[in-house]
Amino acid sequence: MGKAWKFGHDIDTDVIIPARYLNNSDPEHLAKHCMEDGDVTFAEKVQEGDILVAGKNFGCGSSREHAPIAIKAAKVKVVIAESYARIFYRNALNIGLPILECPEAVAGINAGDEVTVDLESGKVENLTQKTSFQARPFPPFMQELINTGGLIPYVRGRKKNA
Amino acid sequence: MIGMSMTITEKILAQHAGLEEVVPGQLITAKLDMVLANDVTAPVAVKEFVKFEVDSVFDRSKVALVLDHFTPNKDIASAEQSKQVREFARRHEIEHFYDVGKVGIEHCLLPEQGLTLPGDLIIGADSHTCTYGALGAFATGVGSTDLAAGLATGEAWFRVPESIKFVFHGTKFQPWVSGKDLILYVIGKIGVDGARYQAMEFTGEGISALSMDGRFTMCNMAIEAGAKNGIIAPDEKTFAYLEGRSKRPYTVYTSDPDAKYAQVFEFDVADIPLQVAFPHLPENTKSVQEASGVKIDQVVIGSCTNGRMEDLRMAAQILRGHKVHPHVRTLVFPGTQEIYRQAMHEGLIDTFIEAGVAVSTPTCGPCLGGHMGILAKGERALATTNRNFVGRMGHPESEVYLANPAVAAASAIRGQIAHPEEVV
Repeated sequence: MGKAWKFGHDIDTDVIIPARYLNNSDPEHLAKHCMEDGDVTFAEKVQEGDILVAGKNFGCGSSREHAPIAIKAAKVKVVIAESYARIFYRNALNIGLPILECPEAVAGINAGDEVTVDLESGKVENLTQKTSFQARPFPPFMQELINTGGLIPYVRGRKKNA
Repeated sequence: MIGMSMTITEKILAQHAGLEEVVPGQLITAKLDMVLANDVTAPVAVKEFVKFEVDSVFDRSKVALVLDHFTPNKDIASAEQSKQVREFARRHEIEHFYDVGKVGIEHCLLPEQGLTLPGDLIIGADSHTCTYGALGAFATGVGSTDLAAGLATGEAWFRVPESIKFVFHGTKFQPWVSGKDLILYVIGKIGVDGARYQAMEFTGEGISALSMDGRFTMCNMAIEAGAKNGIIAPDEKTFAYLEGRSKRPYTVYTSDPDAKYAQVFEFDVADIPLQVAFPHLPENTKSVQEASGVKIDQVVIGSCTNGRMEDLRMAAQILRGHKVHPHVRTLVFPGTQEIYRQAMHEGLIDTFIEAGVAVSTPTCGPCLGGHMGILAKGERALATTNRNFVGRMGHPESEVYLANPAVAAASAIRGQIAHPEEVV
C-alpha cells in the first residue's frame, strides 16, 4: 500500500529531474531532486512504496535515463499514467521501473489516496475511495525483466542459465 | 515493383533488419550505422556497457562521443563526467571522439563531419538525434541502457512506427519565415504528443524550397511532437550538402507513391506566419503579432535547433547597425567550430559584438539550463532553442519563449518580443 502523488499532463523529464542535477548520475543524488520543479516537497516527503499518478504523455522531452532512475531511487513503487512518451517508456522498463498505462485509474485516484497495485495481475485498488481498476499487466518476460532490475541484469541472467 | 509499398522510414528499417518489407507495429532487430552519446548520457551508458563484459565496442568507427552539454566543464562534477567519457574513448580507441577545441553541438557536428548519411540507421542517447532525418536517415533518441546495448552489439530493437505525412504546398513563404516556424506551426496543430511513437515525414514544394539548415531544424523538433523520428527524402540540396563531407557510400530511399500513412496533413506555406511558442510547452504557439510586446531579459540564439550558418546569418542581418536593448542579455552560440570560423570570415561575429552580443564557444549550456546563461526567478528569455518546459533555462519560476533567429534578433533590439519588420 502506498500514497498517491498526482501530477498533470505532459510531465517532462526536466520536471522529473532538472538538467542542473545531471552533473552526477548517482541514483541517490538524483532521488533527492526527483520531481523538484513540479513539487519541491516530493523528494523529501515521498515514502517507500508510494505511487506516482499522472496524465497523458508522461516523461516527454529529453532521453535522459536519469529520469526513471530518479523515480526508482526515490522508492516509488509504480507509475500509473494515461500514456507515456516513447523514450521514457523504454528507459523505465530497461532500468526496471514498473509503469502502467491506465486512464481509468488516473481519473479515479486523487492525491493522497491510499492505493495498492498488484503488478502481476495489473489490478489497481484505491483503498481510500473503495474503487478498483484493471490495467493491462506486463507479460511474464517483462515482469521478470522488471523483477531482475532491468534489461542488462535480465539478459545476463538468461545468458547464465542458457 | 515487386512487394508492398513502403514509406522511407519503413524501407530504412527493413533494410537494416535484413527484411524485404516491414509493417507498422512490427518488432525488429536492426543493425546500427552510428551510435552517439554525450557527456551527460555516456557516463550512464558506460556504466551499463561494462556489465556486458565484452572487450570492445562493436565498431570503433561507428561510435561518436561528443562532450557538448556541460563543456567547457562548468564544475568539478561535470569535469569528472567528461573525464570518464574521455577515458572510455581512449581505451576503446573511439574514432569520432570530440573534446573541447574540436567539439560542436552534436546534432550540428555529426552531419557537418559527414558521419550521418542518407539511408543510415542511427541511435543517440539524446532526444534530438532525430535531427539526422533531414538527410534521409532513420535517427532516433534512446536512453543510456539501449545505447550501451548498441555499443556492445551494434544492434537495437525497434517497433516499426506508423508514419504521418506533412505536405507543405507552395513556396511563397511570409517574410523571415523559416523551418523553425513550419515545425512550431505543426506542433501547435498536433500537440506535444500528436506524433507519439510515430514517424513524421515532411514533404512538398515548401520542403524542397527549404535550405538544409532549415530541414535540420524541422527534423530536430520532431521529438517535441512526441515522434520517434522526423524524415525528409534526399534531393539535390542534400547531395550538394554531402559533397566533400561524406566519406562512405550511402543509399537514397524515398517513399513509394502509394505508401500507407496513419494521417496526412496539408498546409500552404503562405498561410504560416512567424511563430512564437509560449511557456511551458512547444505546442503553445501563437503568431509573432500575438506575442508582440512581451518583455524579455535574455535572448539566446543557437543550439542544435538553430545554431547553423543560416541562423547566424539571419540574426546578423537583423542586428547589423543596431544595438541590443540595454535590458537584454543577448547570447549567440555557433553550433560548431567550423560554423564559428565561417561566421567570423563573413564578419558576423563583428556584427554581433558591435551590437552588444556575447558570442560563446559551441555548447548546449543554456538550452537545458546547464550553464552559460541561466535565468533567475521571474526572468524571461526568448530563445531559438527547442524546449520551453518549466525550469528549462534556470529557475523553475523563469520563462522561455521559442522563436526563429530573426524574431530573436529583433526582440533583442526592442527589449520585447518583436516582428523583424519592426527593426529593419
